[in-house]
Amino acid sequence: MFAAALIVLVPISALFLRSAGLTWDQFIAAAFSPRVMASYRLSFGGALIAAVFNVIAGLIVAWVLVRYDFPFRKLVDALVDLPFALPTAVAGVALTALYAPKGVLGKALLSIGIKAAFTPLGVVLAMIFIGLPFVVRTVQPVLQDLEDEHEEAAVSLGADRWQVFTYVILPSILPALVTGFALAFARALGEYGSVIFIAGNMPGVSEIAPLMIVTKLEQYDYAGASAIATVMLVAAFAMLLVINSAQKWHQTRLAGR
Amino acid sequence: MSTRLNPLLESRAVRIGLTLVAAIILLLFLFAPLVVVFGEALSKGLGAYLDALTEPDTLSSIWLTLVVAAICVPVNLVFGICAAWCVAKFDFRGKSLLTTIIDLPFSVSPVIAGLIYVLVFGLQGWLGPWLRDHGIHIIFALPGIVLATLFITFPFVARELIPLMEEQGTEAEEAAVSLGANGWQVFRRVTLPNVKWGLLYGVLLCNARAMGEFGAVSVVSGHIRGRTTTMPLQVEILYNEYNMVAAFAVASLLAMLALVTLAVKTFFEWRYAKELAA
Repeated sequence: MFAAALIVLVPISALFLRSAGLTWDQFIAAAFSPRVMASYRLSFGGALIAAVFNVIAGLIVAWVLVRYDFPFRKLVDALVDLPFALPTAVAGVALTALYAPKGVLGKALLSIGIKAAFTPLGVVLAMIFIGLPFVVRTVQPVLQDLEDEHEEAAVSLGADRWQVFTYVILPSILPALVTGFALAFARALGEYGSVIFIAGNMPGVSEIAPLMIVTKLEQYDYAGASAIATVMLVAAFAMLLVINSAQKWHQTRLAGR
Repeated sequence: MSTRLNPLLESRAVRIGLTLVAAIILLLFLFAPLVVVFGEALSKGLGAYLDALTEPDTLSSIWLTLVVAAICVPVNLVFGICAAWCVAKFDFRGKSLLTTIIDLPFSVSPVIAGLIYVLVFGLQGWLGPWLRDHGIHIIFALPGIVLATLFITFPFVARELIPLMEEQGTEAEEAAVSLGANGWQVFRRVTLPNVKWGLLYGVLLCNARAMGEFGAVSVVSGHIRGRTTTMPLQVEILYNEYNMVAAFAVASLLAMLALVTLAVKTFFEWRYAKELAA
């Protein structure tokens, strides 16, 4: 997989660079100008915060769905996939309407002094929305397949519930959590539709990296757009690597049990 | 007291607490946006909602979206079945390359997917001058939108089928061959029925994404009103014009598509579980 990713992604980057015909200095100037650097910081930072939040939130949601019984459990379970099925532009305008200063949640947040929409916080909120199902759906099946015996053994040796969780359950689901984290992070990094509406797109403050590509394209600066896309592709490639090694780790864990 | 303490269960307080936290997360992040779409769409009444939907530009965006999906879903159905069949049932050199290519659209930003096509077919792109001389329009026209959508929705069918086909192995196929079936018969009578539900689910996801794709289509479409705007792009245009009722009316159609997709998906899973149990 690793070699294959190299074979596929490097030519694409090469294609970008060649078609754009940039020298190295021009590339650096286009891909790392202050405004573009700010967009990387927001995209990578926001995706990181959203993915960390989603690991915790996704684990809680998966846990509750697998282990507890409550009314409408099946319905809730089905709706977790909503961000997969809902077109991103729809999610974008809906989140904006919700978190804008006049929106239901935006008004509530504003009353405690937090401005959500049209700030980096809004970007993170949209990234959480699209990333959440990735963590839930990778952790859920692993949690479902865990056998009671290990937990029973731990209890019989005197472990309390928290110890059982940290020493028995958490190690088994850790690879799934890492996979879910990487998937959510990668998706948030490249996401466009659900983020650009709520972001407000203020230069240097709330512009995401994919938006910078679109902005350059609209100015017919194909070279600049390609340079930024190349940086994003390398990042996507690194994520692919993490996902694959996490999955391998996951499989050896399963095989070793 | 009949409640026996189960050592494998958290205390009642923790259980209720965690359930509440999960409920709040899902309410805030998943359900609230969904409710807002329909709330905003109907905020000026049903009449305004229907007027917004029958506006000519909106109607033509609905039509364009249906056309794009009608081309992309069958093409990717065939592609997906072929790719999954190759990956799951045969061993060959470059197999891991093929699986990586299948996965690529998932890990590449949709904006970059659109950009690739602009770089190849756009006026400044590799084939741009030749296409212009021959009067062929790809970028800022229907073919570009179809190409970008094809790229984005390529993995859905294959991704659903590969694990299913791998799980089922090749024994049933070998048995069919030994009974004298030819390749097509084996595929139609053995392989395909075994993966029926996965296939339908893949098609469903592919369709939902084909109709809802925004980033990639936005880059190649050129936003020519009434001509190259799909429904998600129409949502953006109306929203940027502060025409909220109309924007959310179109959005509500797409949200309904998402809900139907989830409902049918749940139905498929239920049928599949029933078949496995039988």
